[in-house]
Amino acid sequence: MAGFAKKKDREFPEVVPVLEVLQDGDIFTKLSFLIWGVGNLARKQIVQGILFLALEISFICYFVIFGAHALYQFVTLGTATQTEVFNEAKQIYEYIPGDNSQLCLLYGVVTIFVIIGMFLVARAACRSSYYAELAVRKGKKPLTFRKTVSEFKDKRMYQVFLAFPFLGLLLFNVMPLLFMILMAFTNYDRNHLPPKNLFDWVGFENFTRVLNAGSDLGRTFWPVLGWTIVWAIFATFLNYIFGVILAMIINRKDTKIKGFWRFVLMLTIAVPQFVSLLVVNTMIQEHGAFNLILRELFGMGPLPFLTDATWARVTVIVINLWVGIPYTVISVTGILNNIPTELYEAAKLDGAGIVAIFTKITMPYLMFVMTPQLIVTFMQNINNFNVIFLLTNGQPATDAYYRGTAGKTDLLVTWLYKLTIDNKDYNLGAVIGILTFVLMATMSILTYRNSKSYKEEEGFS
Amino acid sequence: MQKTVTSGKSRKAVTNTIVHIFLAVLSLIWIFPIFWVVLLSFRVQKGQYITSFWPKEFTLDNYIKLFTDTAIFDFPRWFMNTLFISIFSCIITTFFVLAISYALSRIRFKIRKPYMNVAMVLGLFPGFMSMIAIYYILKGFGLTEGPFIYLALIMVYSGGAGLQFYVAKGFFDTIPKALDEAALIDGATKWDVFSKIIMPLSKPIVVYTILQAFMAPWLDFIFAKVIAGADPRYYTVAIGLYTMLTKENIMNWYAPFAAGAVCVSIPIAILFIYLQRFYAEGLSGSVKG
Repeated sequence: MAGFAKKKDREFPEVVPVLEVLQDGDIFTKLSFLIWGVGNLARKQIVQGILFLALEISFICYFVIFGAHALYQFVTLGTATQTEVFNEAKQIYEYIPGDNSQLCLLYGVVTIFVIIGMFLVARAACRSSYYAELAVRKGKKPLTFRKTVSEFKDKRMYQVFLAFPFLGLLLFNVMPLLFMILMAFTNYDRNHLPPKNLFDWVGFENFTRVLNAGSDLGRTFWPVLGWTIVWAIFATFLNYIFGVILAMIINRKDTKIKGFWRFVLMLTIAVPQFVSLLVVNTMIQEHGAFNLILRELFGMGPLPFLTDATWARVTVIVINLWVGIPYTVISVTGILNNIPTELYEAAKLDGAGIVAIFTKITMPYLMFVMTPQLIVTFMQNINNFNVIFLLTNGQPATDAYYRGTAGKTDLLVTWLYKLTIDNKDYNLGAVIGILTFVLMATMSILTYRNSKSYKEEEGFS
Repeated sequence: MQKTVTSGKSRKAVTNTIVHIFLAVLSLIWIFPIFWVVLLSFRVQKGQYITSFWPKEFTLDNYIKLFTDTAIFDFPRWFMNTLFISIFSCIITTFFVLAISYALSRIRFKIRKPYMNVAMVLGLFPGFMSMIAIYYILKGFGLTEGPFIYLALIMVYSGGAGLQFYVAKGFFDTIPKALDEAALIDGATKWDVFSKIIMPLSKPIVVYTILQAFMAPWLDFIFAKVIAGADPRYYTVAIGLYTMLTKENIMNWYAPFAAGAVCVSIPIAILFIYLQRFYAEGLSGSVKG
């Protein structure tokens, strides 16, 4: 009876929960969970039944040939080290390959996904059998194979629409992420590189090393994190404030050729970032264009744009203004035009000055509309790989940081890049990635979930 | 009375002049690096150390060198690589993005909300954290050697499409549901609704998605660098141009780099400015009024 009550207020009545299927279904349906397709075969849905059975057989083959061993190796991460043996006949050293911990980890992850997939197919087999059973009970004919396929053009179209993007996400996002996250719990660093060496599980050791402010890694992590946040604050809010001011100047009633000024700004967005940033990078070198102009016009010596830590940090923030202000101008312009003119007129009648109008009307209105976008920009700036990597590549380098892996302008993301790509400290890179995620997640939980657009998604329709 | 009006007018004129001079100076600052690349691409000096701001002579040699001196840096080949990759990934991405945005916008199914939450969480991880793992996964399957790099890059560029549904979904949300319902009552299948009613109404967002997907491989730098790795034959233009500026090469290739940058930037900039219109239209919704 309780099941019946639940059935009533379910949001999607056509999808019967598997537990209910297992309770309510007959012996064939229940058996379908273990031997897929039995239920379909019993209801004379031959093609569906055979397809399910074939799937099950291939799963079993996978496990016998590969999966079981992969799971075992996933736990041990390999036991046999690669050894060097002297071959008397050929008079050379030969390598006898051992286990490759990295592949053990990878195949383990793949196998876990296969198991989850198996479970999902088992559920689908049960359901398919149950629906056929219901049809028989009502005295109807169960769906033929052709009918089932044609359902994909209508009732189940969303499944087709979702299947391929899901698969893409699973293969190129979820699985790699899991693979990388697991590395954070191993000692897969420059001293444990497969195939020569094995690496092993170490639990939370890497996390304690990175977070402990007294350790060699902690002395890098906390300053880099601090600079990342300082950078994100400056990069977001300076761009925003100056962008709004510039947009308002262009938007003034008396400003001529508005379209031209906007076009100039648009042009800098339109040029690919790797081009414009690489060019600016060459311009701020010791012998680059800026120092050249300083010398030709003012006779000044070269300024240490990239060699002094403070200079470099200020330089990237200033150049980021050059990168970011056009974006703000373009997005603010439309909103400025939407501010009801009555508001301004009323304020003028009351004798409000330009400053009062700006602080009491324009800014509150812009903040109201743009807060979600500002939060997104802030988070993008925390992960702003391009600007830092192409502009300074983290320079100037410093010995104070962990084995010189990071420079004074490196953000967490660029440090992550250098740790993994340049230094092969995969475990540390993974830890940094996870900590960045924690930082971002905390911020978004605090802000995004409280935003109107998230809560009132259905509001529009 | 008369006096204050004229002084107000002249003050206005002064403000206007100051504003326009200010804007002109800013425009110069914003244009300067672009202008610098163009100037550089016609320069006779090849290296990075330049002695005078204005070039003493102009030449087309840098462009000629870029397209003919292909022994080390095969720019034409990189260009074709990028074109090839971007065409295929564009087709797949467009299909993925439209399908998933449509499903999330129009159809109510059980895992819809959970999926959108998961997508949000996935978006919070640093983008290339998964990419480093992707590289090793592809390597594990032998896809990082030779022509397989094309396949790997196409898959990487279109694999993440499932997360890029926000703009298109927002657009589909604005199409009145009454249209669908009327068609369904008339006996149309959901596929008919999608292909015959929604798609024709969604031209701006389709064009937007296509162009966006097409431009991605031209702009991306990190993915290509990690996946194509050390084999210059399979570089895209972005990493190709980047390698021209490394310490060993910058002496001879700084000016040709500028020529290459100009060649890539012009079509991309035109596409981008063209795209802006569709972007604005896409955000303002489909059926007006």
